[in-house]
Amino acid sequence: MTGISSIVNRVVEKHGSNKDMLIQILLDLQSGFGWLPREVLSEVGKELGIPQTRVYQVATFYKAFSFAPRGRHSVRVCMGTACQVRGASLVRDRVQQVLGIEPGETSPDMQFSLETVNCLGCCAMGPVMTVGDAYHGHLTVSDVEKTLEKCA
Amino acid sequence: MPKVSSAPALEELRRDIESKRDPKKLCIALCSGTACVASGCQSVSDAFEQELDKQGLKGEIDFKRTGCHGFCERGPLVVIYPEEVCYTNVKAEDAQEIVKATKEKKTVERLLYVDPVTGKKIAREPDIPFYKNQQRFVFGPNRWIDPRSIEDYLFIGGYAALSKALFEMGPDKVLAEINKADLRGRGGGGFPAGKKWEETRNAPGEIKYVIVNCDEGDPGAYMDRSLMEGNPHSVLEGLIIGGFTIGSHQGFIYVRQEYPVACSNIEWAIKQAEEYGLLGNNILGSGFDFHVKVHRGAGAFVSGESSALMAAIEGKVGEPKLKYIHTAISGIKDRPSNLNNVETWANVPLIINKGSDWFRSIGSEGSKGTKIFSLVGKVNNTGLVEVPMGMTLRQIIYDIGGGIPGGKKFKGVQTGGPSGGIIPEQFLDTPIDFDELTKLGSMVGSGGMVIMDEDTCMVDTARYFIDFCCEESCGKCIPCREGLRVLREILTDITQGKGSEKDIETIEEVAQVMADASLCALGKTAASPVLTTLKYFGDEYEAHIKEKRCPAKVCSNLINYYIDPDKCEACMICMRNCPGEAIQGGKGIVHWIDQEKCTKCGMCYQLCPTKFSAIVKLSGEPVPAPVPGKAVARKKGG
Repeated sequence: MTGISSIVNRVVEKHGSNKDMLIQILLDLQSGFGWLPREVLSEVGKELGIPQTRVYQVATFYKAFSFAPRGRHSVRVCMGTACQVRGASLVRDRVQQVLGIEPGETSPDMQFSLETVNCLGCCAMGPVMTVGDAYHGHLTVSDVEKTLEKCA
Repeated sequence: MPKVSSAPALEELRRDIESKRDPKKLCIALCSGTACVASGCQSVSDAFEQELDKQGLKGEIDFKRTGCHGFCERGPLVVIYPEEVCYTNVKAEDAQEIVKATKEKKTVERLLYVDPVTGKKIAREPDIPFYKNQQRFVFGPNRWIDPRSIEDYLFIGGYAALSKALFEMGPDKVLAEINKADLRGRGGGGFPAGKKWEETRNAPGEIKYVIVNCDEGDPGAYMDRSLMEGNPHSVLEGLIIGGFTIGSHQGFIYVRQEYPVACSNIEWAIKQAEEYGLLGNNILGSGFDFHVKVHRGAGAFVSGESSALMAAIEGKVGEPKLKYIHTAISGIKDRPSNLNNVETWANVPLIINKGSDWFRSIGSEGSKGTKIFSLVGKVNNTGLVEVPMGMTLRQIIYDIGGGIPGGKKFKGVQTGGPSGGIIPEQFLDTPIDFDELTKLGSMVGSGGMVIMDEDTCMVDTARYFIDFCCEESCGKCIPCREGLRVLREILTDITQGKGSEKDIETIEEVAQVMADASLCALGKTAASPVLTTLKYFGDEYEAHIKEKRCPAKVCSNLINYYIDPDKCEACMICMRNCPGEAIQGGKGIVHWIDQEKCTKCGMCYQLCPTKFSAIVKLSGEPVPAPVPGKAVARKKGG
């Protein structure tokens, strides 16, 4: 058994090899690998005895799953309504400009991945973004570059 | 811990916990809700632990990390019991002083809340206007309990409602009580919970399910998260009572995986409840078996819809189904399934404990009880507020929320998330309840309340919500999928100054088709933000379309940044920082913006020192020609 199939096997068994647990299995694998390589998805299908189309249907539907490796620092810019009315679009544009990538992309040096999210739940700090686990609130366009530089 | 096997044994356990606690003992409670964590409460917590240790006070003063207290604007928050002294914006370096003062029964004056109106310091939490004008029955216990301690929950009377339901009332009486209380669903639609329960209960089939919906996806709303993180046992107790009443032995709790603390706190609560015999087989010796599983949601807004959520629990794609058969009859695995929102479930133990008459005494004619709102956006006191239904928008925004920052003018309040609408100033005195907001074209929804001021463009806001729904539409039905795309195109055009007068007609027609023919509530209500802004802020649409002008000066294609040569002091700040190198001029030479190069990123506008305020936004008017080389006329003695 190769490395990947033994990991997948362990996760699938943890969920009782139950087809209903497909989403939970994929979530565990996503958090373990940081993304879902093709081999992992095909192994999940085999282990659960379900067609590949079903695995891909679910994996492509939900936003938590990624089909490409993500960068070392995950940058998430909150685009919730509260941040939006406080100027989140300008902050997002500036982050894109500084990192040179669009939301959903990873920088070629694999340092940063950029995502926009719907609400980070700390609206009092808006506009807000997270870099890794750290929150950066009350952002202005001019803060963005310094904040990202500090994290790199 | 041996399982508690009867109602008297539960009360004995409670007395035992009470006897070990001294109500006069000092306790430092640190809010550890999401917003406080984001503002650095972890280091504050470490500092308190160290300080109590260092000053040798670990036995004398308790320290507790609680869930969200609600006043997120001033986090991290610390409350000292039993006096309920509240400290705001606490930092790690304040821990030493707080611990010392607490021991000496003094207060740290500099960390108290200062009333912006009277300028006076307020020491006690209940006296702060933000809290004083609320009625926190559901959310209030958050501030007393460690969410990971079932003993804390039992201490404040937890699981007494379950015991009462199991041994004193029985399913019929519980159902009658919920029906009589007229508890309406807190997740969006406001459908009577009792009716739903009854339908599931009477549906044919042995196996039935009850579900907690914590797939809170409205941007700017986080009350379910804070309840789940801060008081998971209250939700669990409600769910068990619901299961007992409906005749279900299996519950599901659907939580977004983006809420890791909520996931782990509820898992922890389930484990503890099982250990104590409050969950699992033969609960409290009653013979009733009930099990609960947590299902993490993988990120899809549409999965908050009941039939979609149930599909997700089956491990499938979370797409809604046609509901000519209710999920109460045929839900998870085609079995009768009852789904309620987090806050609805948390209201159940309260109603059982205090009675439906008490519950009905709070709230308005058609909407009983309280509602938690997430008060955010352009408001001074951002946070979570719980108020009786029927309170007016003005009371919430001004008396509790402290009004609009920076002396700006209130423009509108967005309620109900992407399915709701924007309510303008003339309706500020409308009482908030399920029916009143619907009359205005909006809805209570799950409780998001985003305040907008004069700097918010309503057309851009409508575009923002349509954009959101466009991304989140599952694409299964055509009216929603294609209707949203058309609306997005039109609104984007309008915000870019490419709109035509025929657009309004098209918007209204598309919105109507979406409302009539979409499969689920997402599509049916997606056009509400557009329709309400058209109705209440039609002049802004007109300005964008006819005059190519954005009155709030937000839409970047319709604005220009301009440096007022009479105000510019040539400080070079904007010039050095302009990412597009669009700013010309020099030392002692008035700056001006090369409009060809300007990307409208807004950097100069934010950086220009407020004492100069030389940069202005222009919309719908020509940009005055620059005067290259003009020297700064410095004011002497300025």
